[in-house]
Amino acid sequence: MPYLSLILGRVGKAVIVLLAILVFNFFLIHAAPGDPAAVMAGEAGATDEQFLEDLRERFGLDQPLPVQLWRYMGGVLTLDFGYSYRQQMPVLDLILERLPATLMLTGAAFFISLSLGILAGTLAAMRVKRPSGSLIMGLSLLFYATPLYWVAMMAVLVFSVVLDWLPAYGYATVGAGYTGLAHAGDVALHLILPAVTLGLFFMAVYTRMTRTSMLSVSQQDFVKTARAKGLAPGVIQRRHILRNALLPIITLAGLQAGQMVGGAVLTETVFAWPGIGRLMYEALMQRDYNLLLGIFFFCALLVILFNMLTDVIYRLADPRIKQSAA
Amino acid sequence: MNFFKRFAQNRGALIGLIILALVVLLALLAPFLYPDSPWRMVQRPFLAPGEVAGFPLGTDTMGRDVAAGLAHGAWVSLLIGLISTVVALSIGVPLGALAGYFGGKIDDALMRFTEFFQTIPNFALAIVLVAIMEPSTVSIVLAIAIVSWPPVARLVRGEFLSIKHREYVEAARLVGQTHRDIIIKQILPNTLSPVIVLASLMVATAILLESSLSFLGLGDPDTMSWGYMIGAARTVMRQAWWLSVIPGVAILLTVLALNLVGEGLDDALNPQLARAR
Repeated sequence: MPYLSLILGRVGKAVIVLLAILVFNFFLIHAAPGDPAAVMAGEAGATDEQFLEDLRERFGLDQPLPVQLWRYMGGVLTLDFGYSYRQQMPVLDLILERLPATLMLTGAAFFISLSLGILAGTLAAMRVKRPSGSLIMGLSLLFYATPLYWVAMMAVLVFSVVLDWLPAYGYATVGAGYTGLAHAGDVALHLILPAVTLGLFFMAVYTRMTRTSMLSVSQQDFVKTARAKGLAPGVIQRRHILRNALLPIITLAGLQAGQMVGGAVLTETVFAWPGIGRLMYEALMQRDYNLLLGIFFFCALLVILFNMLTDVIYRLADPRIKQSAA
Repeated sequence: MNFFKRFAQNRGALIGLIILALVVLLALLAPFLYPDSPWRMVQRPFLAPGEVAGFPLGTDTMGRDVAAGLAHGAWVSLLIGLISTVVALSIGVPLGALAGYFGGKIDDALMRFTEFFQTIPNFALAIVLVAIMEPSTVSIVLAIAIVSWPPVARLVRGEFLSIKHREYVEAARLVGQTHRDIIIKQILPNTLSPVIVLASLMVATAILLESSLSFLGLGDPDTMSWGYMIGAARTVMRQAWWLSVIPGVAILLTVLALNLVGEGLDDALNPQLARAR
């Protein structure tokens, strides 16, 4: 069972990272200026002394720090992320309610950026030192240098305000009461702008990476052999160079998929997309630190899950990597 | 060919350098061109660019001069970009150097630590750090530095690994130089050029991060910044599109210029690589 031990090793590593993030979160709450009870309650507004006293008792804030840390970790491990006093709901419920929308958005953006990025990078690598190749690289540099939230706003301006092609805000048309396929189509229409704007930045990253990777693979000996054998250039590009050049891109994609969750905070804010990114913005506005840290933990969890997934895919894609390397 | 000639051969890098020089000039001249606070209401709100003489870029929702905000924002962007990069380097370079030079358990421990910070989603961590430390220039600089040092550590470690067995390092060891001297005087100077290239790109990323934080309302409440201007203009995009377009173009040009300069530096400092490209 080579894969079993591999997966167990990965899970063990992930658990350590998550525990470390919990400790980190815990100390962040205590590093916040002011009374941790007030911080948990969302600072202003909850100045009722009796309420704060209840909080202190409930969370054992009068106990020594190690005891508090132990309680906090115990709580999270039993899926208790505390209570959002601002939204009057348990943090976990709030996050789970918003999670599907974020997964849909990041999933779509990931698919768009990876497929278009690899395509553009391949084209750019095949057209080195030609105008079309330079154009692709110029565009990708442009997307790379543009603030994500600003691209989102400009997309709204052009495609919703001026051209009126696509809806600018939200997840579905309010009050339209679509069901079944009509509803799915409506959501898909709302998804286009957020997913494309979130995907553009990452597409630029994949484009540059694919090009660099393809150019470096094309210098290797087996490519020279294939050329000497008289294979058609197209076949060499596709079957020899691209396949090998994709390996480092899988690794990078795993890392970037996690960063996408962070980028979703900006796109979801601009497009009023009801995911955890938007929830994070709301938590910020309301200084709801308990909720903020819960979301932060979930972001990290998603990153780790993505990374583990990438690892498995990587090993399936490249049998040369032995599990002993884990 | 010397460094400047190679740099100048890259046309993009030259254009980037010119744009960057203009932004720096704008930032330096801001206190003289617009001595008043950029927060002060100076005219009717929602003036379009060129509508009233003396306000070439118009006024925002509160009647503040957009041109003044742009100039003062340039200063803030560059300052935060530069300082947070210096702070990130001062964390990443020593960690990477120690890990690469000593190897073994020290390397393992330091790289685990670095990996941990690489796993945490950058932007989410920056948001949480600034929110909890309360938004201020110091907390923003610290948050950006904390999320951007891991690549530096990895780069420096890699360089140290490849250099530490070179003959001149062995020679230094034979004549009895201390570890400290070998690290600082022998190896570190030879890792400089890739670090400089990375640093120029990090300034660009830091400016983007700072603008994203202020867009979300996590900017220093006392300083005018480009991200804040865009965030404040978000709700009035339909009435006054220029309020979000102008500062956005400023960020785009600055970040683009820094990236171009970074690529030019890369070509100029690593000529073998440039030729292969």
